[in-house]
Amino acid sequence: MSHTATLVAELTVLVLAIFLGIEVISKVPTMLHTPLMSGTNAIHGIVIVAALIVAGSAQQDGLIRIVGFVAVALAAANVVGGFVVTDRMLEMFKKKPQAKPKD
Amino acid sequence: MGTNAVNLLYLVTIVCFVLALKFLSSPATARRGNWIGAFGMTVAIVATLVKSGVHISWEMPVAAAIGSAFGLVGARRVKMTAMPQMVALFNGVGGGAAALVALAEFHELAPPPGRIQGDISVSILLSALIGSISFSGSLIAFAKLQELIKGRPITYPGQKLVNAAVFLGCLGLGAAILTGSEKQWLLWALIAGALVFGVMFVLPIGGADMPVVISLLNAFTGLAAAATGFELSNNVLIVSGMLVGASGTMLTLLMGRAMNRSIANVLFGAFGQVSAGDVATAGAGGGTVRSATADDVAVMLAYASKVVIVPGYGMAVAQAQHDVHALADVLEAKGIEVTYAIHPVAGRMPGHMNVLLAEANVPYPQLKELDEANAEFSRTDVSLVIGANDVVNPDARNNHGSPIYGMPILNVDQSQATVVLKRSMAPGFAGIENPLFVDPKTVMLFGDAKESVAKLAAGVKAL
Repeated sequence: MSHTATLVAELTVLVLAIFLGIEVISKVPTMLHTPLMSGTNAIHGIVIVAALIVAGSAQQDGLIRIVGFVAVALAAANVVGGFVVTDRMLEMFKKKPQAKPKD
Repeated sequence: MGTNAVNLLYLVTIVCFVLALKFLSSPATARRGNWIGAFGMTVAIVATLVKSGVHISWEMPVAAAIGSAFGLVGARRVKMTAMPQMVALFNGVGGGAAALVALAEFHELAPPPGRIQGDISVSILLSALIGSISFSGSLIAFAKLQELIKGRPITYPGQKLVNAAVFLGCLGLGAAILTGSEKQWLLWALIAGALVFGVMFVLPIGGADMPVVISLLNAFTGLAAAATGFELSNNVLIVSGMLVGASGTMLTLLMGRAMNRSIANVLFGAFGQVSAGDVATAGAGGGTVRSATADDVAVMLAYASKVVIVPGYGMAVAQAQHDVHALADVLEAKGIEVTYAIHPVAGRMPGHMNVLLAEANVPYPQLKELDEANAEFSRTDVSLVIGANDVVNPDARNNHGSPIYGMPILNVDQSQATVVLKRSMAPGFAGIENPLFVDPKTVMLFGDAKESVAKLAAGVKAL
């Protein structure tokens, strides 16, 4: 594909993603807005893909190595922290009262 | 692995993310959704590692391990009351990663041979700019929520002009790069400028407006991630980043609507600034404040047949959520109907109160949203306001002059009696007078929310 054709295809995907995003998110109840934020927070950790591609590029020099290293570390923190925090929140939402946890 | 196979794996990731968001539409399925999302992320990471052209070096696992350890410990250790700042922090690091990717890409492409394609330059500039703003802005939001710096708006004369100048400066650097000057320092300067802008942009925003800021910065990081997708011609980045961008934008608008304020007003209004004049008028509005002892209030509660609890940020600060649930249990044991009324902007992030009460094991069907709650106040005997202020201020309904006029509120003043738990009569966050406190049907119970609620529970039990 020519460069322009790729760009057009990407823009198409982008615009469809906007509509899809609005569609699924408008169904989320206010009660779950904190987990929604924290869950989408984990999803933008997808930037780890970009960080890995940069860190693994063939054309390595000192700067790219350092920048790639830090980018992978930051993105990994985003991914792991995001999903774990969201799981902790969602674990707490219960329909019926339960025996109190002993702590 | 070949590009097509990798792209198919990325498609699996996209489907997983969409399902994760879809499952969030009910608390019953939400947790499973989160796991599906995590699975999708794992697929994307593995696919990237086996992608042709990606060389795995020893640095990668080391960097990933350091980052993951930090994320895991942070996410495990954080108290539920400190959740907003933790989300802000994870958001910031994501933005930082996007900005660094832009920096590396530019470094790799910029020295000739050949000009960088225009659209690639634009995406590099966007991810550098938005990612950096999100990074430093989130760190300031974190610092404000963690009370490392004061939560009140920090302003100085000419602030907006300075901010505008910095932002225009960044755009100017971007324009220079686009028009063919592909010097490395230009992008470094742009990132530095954007970092400064992120700091200055969040400093004048008050702590009570943080729900809006955090969700806006969340959208920013999503957009920055989508921009890196254009740099690398990578659909999974574009779609996932944009899903987050759309979600963050929508939440931001919802929060604005819940406060009846435009997003511009939230971001640039320095709302909640206390000027000398405001403090002087607070409490001078006529009427007397009636204060009561915990025992008096316990009697009121014990003889009610319906009690509505209205939690606010004060409950989070005092970490009183478990005691609140214990009090509700005592009341319910006496056959009293107890529900919770949750305002959409109570607390420091959207849905903050729901998470805290869920932590305290409150069953979620007892939590009522604004409209549902307002329909019940007229047949409520006692409304128990715990550390909430602006969201129950009747001025929002009645006083055209009030800064919060028009904001939908919880109409606790329509119940038979209202008890307000508050530290002192000091003006609330926004420094706005609250006529609810001098309403003849209101009594105040001063003191730390956690202690007061514990005393109430003991008092009701003893009756």
